[in-house]
Amino acid sequence: MGMVSTIHPPGILPRKHQLSTLAVHDLAVLALQPVSFAVHGAECVCLTGPSGAGKSLLLRAIADLIPHSGDVRLDEHDCSQMKSSLWRKQVGYLPAESHWWSERVGDHFLDADPVAFRRLGFEPQVLDWQISRLSTGEKQRLALLRLLANQPHALLLDEPTASLDAANVGNAELMIREYRQQHQAPVLWVSHDMAQIGRVADRILRLEDGLVEEVAA
Amino acid sequence: MNVISLSPLDLILAGGLVILLAITSIVMQLGVARRLLIAATRTTVQLMLIGLVLNTLFANVHLVWVSLLAMVMLLVAGREVMARQHRRFGGVWGYGLGTLSMFVSAFATTIFALLVIVGTEPWYAPQYAIPLLGMMLGNTMNGVSLALDRLTTSAWQQRGVIEARLTLGQEWRVAIGDITRESVRVGMIPIINAMAAAGIVSLPGMMTGQILSGTPPLEAVKYQILIMFMIAAGTGFATMAASWIGARRLFDERCRLRLDRLIQGRS
Repeated sequence: MGMVSTIHPPGILPRKHQLSTLAVHDLAVLALQPVSFAVHGAECVCLTGPSGAGKSLLLRAIADLIPHSGDVRLDEHDCSQMKSSLWRKQVGYLPAESHWWSERVGDHFLDADPVAFRRLGFEPQVLDWQISRLSTGEKQRLALLRLLANQPHALLLDEPTASLDAANVGNAELMIREYRQQHQAPVLWVSHDMAQIGRVADRILRLEDGLVEEVAA
Repeated sequence: MNVISLSPLDLILAGGLVILLAITSIVMQLGVARRLLIAATRTTVQLMLIGLVLNTLFANVHLVWVSLLAMVMLLVAGREVMARQHRRFGGVWGYGLGTLSMFVSAFATTIFALLVIVGTEPWYAPQYAIPLLGMMLGNTMNGVSLALDRLTTSAWQQRGVIEARLTLGQEWRVAIGDITRESVRVGMIPIINAMAAAGIVSLPGMMTGQILSGTPPLEAVKYQILIMFMIAAGTGFATMAASWIGARRLFDERCRLRLDRLIQGRS
């Protein structure tokens, strides 16, 4: 027998344990100047700046949901060279407002990990709940669970805890921290909450007047 | 033919009913008298004109003339589909999408019926080709415009949902699948209802016309069934084509939802 090599289904990248880096190069969309920065594996970079500065726009461009110039790479994989659906699955974008297409919560999860659900305050029965009866905070927590169940290689989070109470903010922050450490995932986190930025950020980027600059943590 | 020819006086008598209706609506201040009279005039002039055109066409049977009239009918139907969209595609797609779907489906079905089923000689005999195509286009136009209107309106309203699905790594087909299916359904409902109600609630117009002109009812019924099947197939396939191509056009080569390709039409 020759050497046994790991076989991966076509189009699926191997699970990796080395550091992965999200590199943004000359990314420009609408009124924003071209911006360049990098978020390294297991690193949490907070993106802050005044409302309307284009933080969400930037995340949407990185997720390739809107036309843009410049390029984004996840390690050696260029966004434009990769199938768009695979790219989006890997960069794990969490919009500020969550959307649901089916009636039941469970319809949105392929396989639900009860441990993860409990950690954000849900019993497994939540899978049978109606989406229309969820509160904004419940939807936000479930949207985070839905995103992480997808096992993205990076996380782009747009105010992921904005509608949560203090206890759940803590739970969500802890969960995101563990995820990025376990998966060596780069995290780009949009937040307005200075206290939260102080708790979670390794570095801080500020987006203002179409320019991104690093500010002291 | 044992059809009783109508004299101009007969039509004037019937027109008197419309004028009576107009006078009544003026008295009741309904504000529709003007539109009613304009519409009645239009129907008279338009139908007279097409009568003249068909008379001439029947006297000069030639594929070129039949094709020319068929093209004019198609282009008018295409314009009508476009005008009925609340949000329609910008540029050439606004006109082309509905027109192309109707062209492929209505023409294919009509030609199939002429060549294989009715077997007229020549196959483009205008007495059969033009009325069949007219009924096909009229119904296909309804289905396609309903479907496209539903597609673009739903995509607009549910853009958050579509993008959420894209974000989680779904293909565009899946992300907009529910909306596409609903659009096709909406476009097909009128003909399904018409087939279900035919003969019980309503006597279809074509069959009625044939009976009035002396065709034995069973012969007329057979033609009506043929027409119903053709309309169902033609409308169904045109609606599917328009919805599918339209859905694809809502996404670009990177499968981004591009609602900026829609422009606001007349509401």
